[in-house]
Formats: sequence, C-alpha cells, structure tokens
Amino acid sequence: MRHTSLSRKIFTVCNTIFLVTAALLCLLPLVNLLALSLSGKSAANSGIVTFWPVDFTLKAYMKTFQNNNFIRSMVISLLRTVVGTLVSMLAITTAGYALSKDFKGRTVLMWFFVFTMLFGGGLIPSYLVNTSLGLKNNFLVYILPGAFGCYNLILIMNFFKSIPKALEEAALIDGAGFFTVFWKIFLPLSKAGLATVALFIMVGNWNEWFTGILYMSDTKNYPLASFLQVIVVQGNQQDLALDPTAAKAMSERTIKAAQVFIGALPILMVYPFLQKYFVTGIVMGAVKE
Amino acid sequence: MKKWKQEFNHSWPLYVMVIPSFILAVVFCYAPMGGLVMAFQDYKPWLGILGSESVGLDNFKRIFEFRESYQAIINTVIIAVSKIILELVVPIFMALLLNEVKNVGLKKGIQTLVYLPHFLSWVTVAGMLQDILGLDGIVNNFIQRLGVKPIFFLGEAGMFRQIVVISDLWKGFGFGMIVYLAAISNIDQGLYEAAEIDGASRLQQALHITLPGIVPMIIVMATLSLGNVLNAGFDQIFNLYSPLTYSTGDIIDTYVYRQSLVNGQYSFGTAVGLFKSVIGLLLTVISYKIAYKFAGYKIF
Repeated sequence: MRHTSLSRKIFTVCNTIFLVTAALLCLLPLVNLLALSLSGKSAANSGIVTFWPVDFTLKAYMKTFQNNNFIRSMVISLLRTVVGTLVSMLAITTAGYALSKDFKGRTVLMWFFVFTMLFGGGLIPSYLVNTSLGLKNNFLVYILPGAFGCYNLILIMNFFKSIPKALEEAALIDGAGFFTVFWKIFLPLSKAGLATVALFIMVGNWNEWFTGILYMSDTKNYPLASFLQVIVVQGNQQDLALDPTAAKAMSERTIKAAQVFIGALPILMVYPFLQKYFVTGIVMGAVKE
Repeated sequence: MKKWKQEFNHSWPLYVMVIPSFILAVVFCYAPMGGLVMAFQDYKPWLGILGSESVGLDNFKRIFEFRESYQAIINTVIIAVSKIILELVVPIFMALLLNEVKNVGLKKGIQTLVYLPHFLSWVTVAGMLQDILGLDGIVNNFIQRLGVKPIFFLGEAGMFRQIVVISDLWKGFGFGMIVYLAAISNIDQGLYEAAEIDGASRLQQALHITLPGIVPMIIVMATLSLGNVLNAGFDQIFNLYSPLTYSTGDIIDTYVYRQSLVNGQYSFGTAVGLFKSVIGLLLTVISYKIAYKFAGYKIF
C-alpha cells in the first residue's frame, strides 16, 4: 500500500507539472505578443523581448490608433459582428424552434438543411452567385452569405427540445399561438443556450477575414481581420499602414504586435463569458438525446 | 387533402418561422451548387454559365495530369490525416491526465488556458507564428545561443507540414478535450468505488474504467473526422504558406483559390473543388453511417 501511495505522489507531481506546462504553452505566445507590443523599438528588433516588455513604451499603440484606416476597419468589424449576429440569430432561432416541433414535412426540411453541411458549391460558384446578387463591394456580403449555419441551427433546436413540453401545451391550450410561445416562453427559458450560440457566431464574425479580401476592391472597406491579414501576413504596407516614412521610423515589429494584439483583444474580453457557456453547448451538440 | 388543411391550420406559424433560414440556404448554399455545372464547361465570364461551351470531363482529367494539382492533393491528404490522428489521440490522452487532477481550482485553471487558442483567428495565430519563428524570433534566439545558425522556419519546405500540424494541434487540442471530459464525468462513480474496494490502482482504474467509458465517444469522434480527410485547413495554410513552401504546403483549397481567382481558370478551379466536395460527401456519409451503427450517433 505504501508503495502505491508513493508512486501515486510522484505521478501527481509529474502530471501537474506536465499539464501546467501545456496550459502555459497556450498562453505564452500571447504574452510574448503583448510584451513585444509594449517594448521599445531596438529591444524588439534585436529579439531580446520574451515575456516582459523591455524599454516599456506605448508608442506602438499610439501610432496604431492614429492610423485612420485601422480605426475604420475596427468600426466595420464591430458593425458586421453586431448586425451579423442579430440576423443570424433571428434566422436560426425561429427555424430552430419550428424544427424542434413535429409537423408535416419536418424531416424533409431537416434533411434539406443538413445537406448544406455535407455538400456545397465551393469557392467559385459561391463567388459568382454573390457577385450576381450585387454583393460585391456591398456591406451585406459580410452579413447574408454566412448568416445561416446548420450546425448552430441544430444546437439551438436541441436546446429548445430540452424544454418541457407541458409548458408549451399549457400555453397553447390557453390560446397562445406558436409565435407567442416562442417569444414568451422558449427564448427566455433558453438564455444560456442562446448565449452560447450567439457568442460563437460573434467570435466567428469578428475573426472572419476572407470575405473582405474576396469581395471588397477597396481596402478601406476591410474589416479588421482582413486588414490584419493583409498588413501582417502578406506584409503589404502600401495601402493600409501609415505613410512609409512613419512606418519606418517606428519599429515595424512592435506596431505589428500591437495591431495583432488589438485584433485578438475582443476575443480575450468575451472569453470568460464564452467559457461559462460553451462547454455545455459543445456537449449538447455532440451528444444528443 | 383534408388532413393537410387541418395540419396547415394548426402549424402554419412553424412554416413561416422556417422561411428566413430556408431562403438563406436556397440562395447561399443551393444556388452555388447549380453553378457547379461550370466544372463541365470552359467557362468564360463574358459568356456566362448558359453560354459557355461544354467540355465534358476534360477539367477533371487535367486534375491528375498537372503535377501541381496532383501534388496539392497529396499534400492535403498528408496534412489532414496527420492532423486527424494527432487531434484524436492527444486530446484523449490529455483528458485522461486532467481527470487525475483532483484540485478543482487547478483543473479549472488549466481548462481555461487550453481552451483559449481555439477562439483566436488564424490571422492572429499566423501573425504570432511569423514573429516567434522569424529570424529574430524567440525560437531562433534560443537555438542561436546553442550555437545553431538561425533558420527561416516558415520558408523551409521540409518543415512546413510539421509546423502546420503542430500549430493546429496547439490551437485545437484543448477544445478537443471537452467532449471526452464530458464523457468521463458521465461515468458511474460507483464503478470507481467498487474498484477501490477491490484494490485496483489509479492506473488500473483509468485503463479499465475511464478509458472503456469513453470508447463510444472516441468512436464517434474518430468516424466523424473521416469526413475531413480532404480538409487540411484553408484558413491556416493560406496565412502561413508562401511560394517557398508550395511544394509541401499547397493544399486543394489554396490551389483552387490561386487557379481560379488569381489565374482566372474558373472552370478548372471549380472542377478541383467539386472533386474535393464529392469525395468529402462520400466520406462523411460513410462516417455518419458507421457512427450510427457502432455508437448510435444521429445528426439530428
């Protein structure tokens, strides 16, 4: 017995060290990014910054927020996230409610929606359809094509299914219609589920970068994610950044770090709320009935 | 007929409520499927889908004739399969280890950190990777101290797949644990108590109670991942690759993007995409069938 408890102790210590290391590995790249963005130019460029700022300065952030194009793309990101989430939730919650009931044609409709998860037209046909609808250089391209998502629909449907049937039947007998039941009973009772899905959609909208690059001819109409994609990943400073001399005067590296960090900041801010709910959401989506 | 009418009188609001999603799905999911005919055409934008000349299966034959597209398919499968295997095994392993942590605060703290990367966009992660793996980055700084010459990691074709697979694992392993942790928490605690009385060690309990307890979930996740054999991750690769790494890192999706939207080969790009979608569809249907048969999994 004594032997097992000693080996148990050794295991517990090793296991804890291993898991804590793994957990820190998930955080440290972000810490490094933040430290870089707050460091002085020469320290950052010489590569001595690890997890704590060297020659602390806010210059990179000041430069970033003086860049009107950066601010503009942030506003576009905020707008598309808010509007996109609302439109998406409206479409998905109503359909999710209806499909959580039994009615004629439900199974056919369900397969109709599920098929969109299995097969699609792909890049070019979608591009041609969206362009022919006049969505090129149109803000709505950020909202409409991505508004419907079958996975989220199924999640919400399952949340609604878990609400006791008796509540609905009582209300229907009292003369309430489906709309009233949906609005007055189902939505208020599934706040946690709706919050999960809404937060997922918000994060997805904020992070989405491809649409802007594909459909906007003018980089001025890019959301922040597309802006960052061009400036950071493609390293293309001409259109988007400060004027070239100003960019050179500042360390490119610290400004990049500041921009990437600001891009991730909203995600980090909603993450505590997100974490509160998403575990339930994922589990409900994966294991049903 | 009468029955239909009765049904409609009762449940017409339900039909109305489906309309917004229905329209969105028709316009943005089904209409593009109609556009797939261009894979069988020599599509010219000025002629349109109705006016372009039909060429039968020529575009599909070319997929395997071009070295580039052939290579993209190979790269896709290698990267995707590596990801599938690692992202199945590592989360199971980590979930089993995390289950042995009995300090609730510590466990919560670890979970909070490992779930986080999943929510960062690939643009953010690519930005960080470029810096960390850059010539003046942390990694090169470290190996220079060991006396090794700095390496331009993201420009090395020989390392690109490894970087892609490992960074994807970094981003996703925590999130992948969630379903297994949930499955573990559903295991009957009485089993552990009985094992304890019988003198089973913690390792024996983990191997003979916990692991078998999550086998149904493992089967579901393994079979469902089958549908991803041709999904190597467009968002990730597009933000990390460069002409230097096309030979090992170019995948079907990035190839389609370059061929069609950059080079204007609309029909060929669509054919490559369709090839991918059809195989993906087949694999997904098979995987759902297997998951249903062995674990009773249903999509809805």
